[in-house]
Amino acid sequence: MIPKRTFDAVIIGGGGAGLRAALQMAQADLKVAVISKVFPTRSHTVSAQGGITAALGNVSDDDWHWHMYDTVKGSDYLGDQDAIEFMCRNAPTAVYELEHMGLPFSRLDNGKIYQRPFGGQSQNFGGEQAVRTCAAADRTGHALLHTLYQRNIAARTQFFEEFFALDLIRDEEGYVLGVSALEIETGQPWLFEARVTLLATGGGARIFRHSTNAHINSGDGLGMILRAGLPLEDMEFWQFHPTGIPEIGSLITEGVRGEGGYLLNKDNERFMLRYAPNAHDLASRDVVSRAIAQEILAGRGCGPHGDFVYLKIDHIGADKIKSRLPGIRELSMQFAGVDPCEAPIPVTPTAHYMMGGIPTNLHAQVVTPERYGPEEAVPGLYAVGECACVSVHGANRLGGNSLLDLVVFGRAAGNHAIEYLRENTIPRPLPADASDLATGRLARWDKAKGNERVPKLRAEMQRILQEHCGVYRREDLLKEGIEKLGQVEARLQDAVIEDRSKMFNTARLEALELENLLPIARATLVSALARTESRGAHSREDYPKRDDDQWLRHTLYSRENDQLDYKPVRLKPLTVETFQPKERTY
Amino acid sequence: MKFRIYRYDPESDAKPRMQEYVLDFDPQGKKVLDALIAIKETLDESLAFRRSCREGVCGSDGLNINGVNSLACVTALEGLKEPIDIRPLPRLAVIRDLIVDMGQFYQHYKAVKPYLINLDPEPENERLQSPEERAELDGLYECILCGCCTTSCPSFWWNPDKFLGPAALLQAYRVIADTRDQATDERLDYLEDPYRLFRCHGIMNCVEVCPKGLNPTEAIGKIKTLLVKRSL
Repeated sequence: MIPKRTFDAVIIGGGGAGLRAALQMAQADLKVAVISKVFPTRSHTVSAQGGITAALGNVSDDDWHWHMYDTVKGSDYLGDQDAIEFMCRNAPTAVYELEHMGLPFSRLDNGKIYQRPFGGQSQNFGGEQAVRTCAAADRTGHALLHTLYQRNIAARTQFFEEFFALDLIRDEEGYVLGVSALEIETGQPWLFEARVTLLATGGGARIFRHSTNAHINSGDGLGMILRAGLPLEDMEFWQFHPTGIPEIGSLITEGVRGEGGYLLNKDNERFMLRYAPNAHDLASRDVVSRAIAQEILAGRGCGPHGDFVYLKIDHIGADKIKSRLPGIRELSMQFAGVDPCEAPIPVTPTAHYMMGGIPTNLHAQVVTPERYGPEEAVPGLYAVGECACVSVHGANRLGGNSLLDLVVFGRAAGNHAIEYLRENTIPRPLPADASDLATGRLARWDKAKGNERVPKLRAEMQRILQEHCGVYRREDLLKEGIEKLGQVEARLQDAVIEDRSKMFNTARLEALELENLLPIARATLVSALARTESRGAHSREDYPKRDDDQWLRHTLYSRENDQLDYKPVRLKPLTVETFQPKERTY
Repeated sequence: MKFRIYRYDPESDAKPRMQEYVLDFDPQGKKVLDALIAIKETLDESLAFRRSCREGVCGSDGLNINGVNSLACVTALEGLKEPIDIRPLPRLAVIRDLIVDMGQFYQHYKAVKPYLINLDPEPENERLQSPEERAELDGLYECILCGCCTTSCPSFWWNPDKFLGPAALLQAYRVIADTRDQATDERLDYLEDPYRLFRCHGIMNCVEVCPKGLNPTEAIGKIKTLLVKRSL
């Protein structure tokens, strides 16, 4: 048996979701451990730019109910309306709470929090553009992550920095009792025993070749869920952000368009006027990404290969750019060689966000189809943030709703876990095989023989997903993608790492991460093949229409035999009327 | 391209060594991190370094590159003199290769209580702050805790355990400068110490290396001014 630490709750992931949940529990005097494979402020939340959405009404008239409508519509009606009501209702409180914690929001002249318009935001259920995204310049994620980390220092949360979570510990009755993890510096495996385990491991868009995501975004929690025999929800839905820097992938915030920027094709045409006659450049992200892809396909892309479009912002003036979009200016100059005060930024749709993930209810409890129904809580297990699918984003996330998701559901998870811990005071015994899955994986890599290499296999997986499961999908392409991915998976068995050092072995980490990425890639392809309709970010060339009769339901992918199950969308909100699915135009 | 990279694995090396690599690589538009990744993927998977966002906001990959502390992910390869000399950040214990023990650095950060202290009941909505008051935080809150400044500071090299270093002091001033914070006196009490703050001699290496263009020396000067004002 490997050495063990015991806590009331163990949180895996030190990004916004994990830190918000940790804070809630630490302030309730619980013994909380946060395990993170990087120092918390290196988490990917730090890269969020444009802001966090809440109907504060500081700039335009606003109402949480309008925010809810926009989110339901943005989700292409696949979002669960109870969870969306919960999030949008709680949004103003969650943002004020961040402000009270010290988040350095930009300010309006009257001293209130600065808000900017973002895509898909309207007043009065589809009327005028709303101004709803609260921002700290274009560094909102950085400001949010650092603020939450700082509050956790004050709350004395215990951090296990640079520990890599390996696998969930689950007993025969299905209770989750903690997690195994590798101490990266020494190579020592540990068991973290806890009555509550919360996954906040972020997204996995590193399955794609071109991604805005950090290197660390390997969807580790999702790999753990699949290995534990639990399903993943809606894995066909990946958001391609319209404006990533070509090749590099770095994100150029929607806030650029919110501040007055617009897209141009090679003929200098504002092509979004054609695709979204009302919202123009501030249509939903899926709509804008498809428009750019169409322009490129039609030969109207820019540059020598015609493979990007331009995002123009210089007309708002250098002063505004420097005060409201300083980070974007820095990124553009560093990675695109362009000063946006003088010239347009080259951009192209880039894999950005995973709408699917670990199925949860609105208390952030992980739910699974078991004996009594499609949404039975897995006792002791929670998931929050991008790794979770609650589902507030449905088939397409609105900009600014991701940071909101982190804090609203991080807080809700903390609160529910506190209750759960009060009701479940006695730790259940760890099963005898608690560490077997983890030690088995480590041992395999220690003894591996063969001539395949991890970076090569990872690159092939990324190419397959990019080519076979991008902005547009088609049956033959997807089938071919699954076949090719199968070959990569088979070759993983022959993969070796030559670096056998115990100390800070990053080659081994990358191998363990690939074991998480590959099943996510498979879940994505299989789920995308099954869904024979186009909805939100999932665009099938061969099924261009949304099909509510057959597909107004969530996909559940399980690893065993690539099994797919389905569950209905929760159309009934908590208190208000259902927003009935209707045609979605911007 | 030629590289000389600091290598040390406590498991197999008695002492650190510099290893040379020749990488077939077109540097155009590429950063030092791209080259490190290419070396790891194609020449030597045992080379260990930290990285995360690869765009200069997470602060993972502060390194000493050709003698200058900088972030590998935003340092352009073009224009660097070859062989490109890459070492861990100075003065911190090396865990392995380019990975240093940041423990001391984080301790100093935590020691300045880098969080807002305000004991008033929280209002229902936001606390108000004028754009001018908020502008006081610009150049302070953007710190990414990469450690480039602190590990370039001779005062830190001499007294790493007692001098808080530019990064922590920048964050100390970030909360002092915030109109929402009520603990200025308590904070100044902690900083009024021959080592914690006053070991800064205005050498300004921190300003020169900060990859985010921040100015810790100026922030330290403002703390000193507040201390002087308070004593009058």
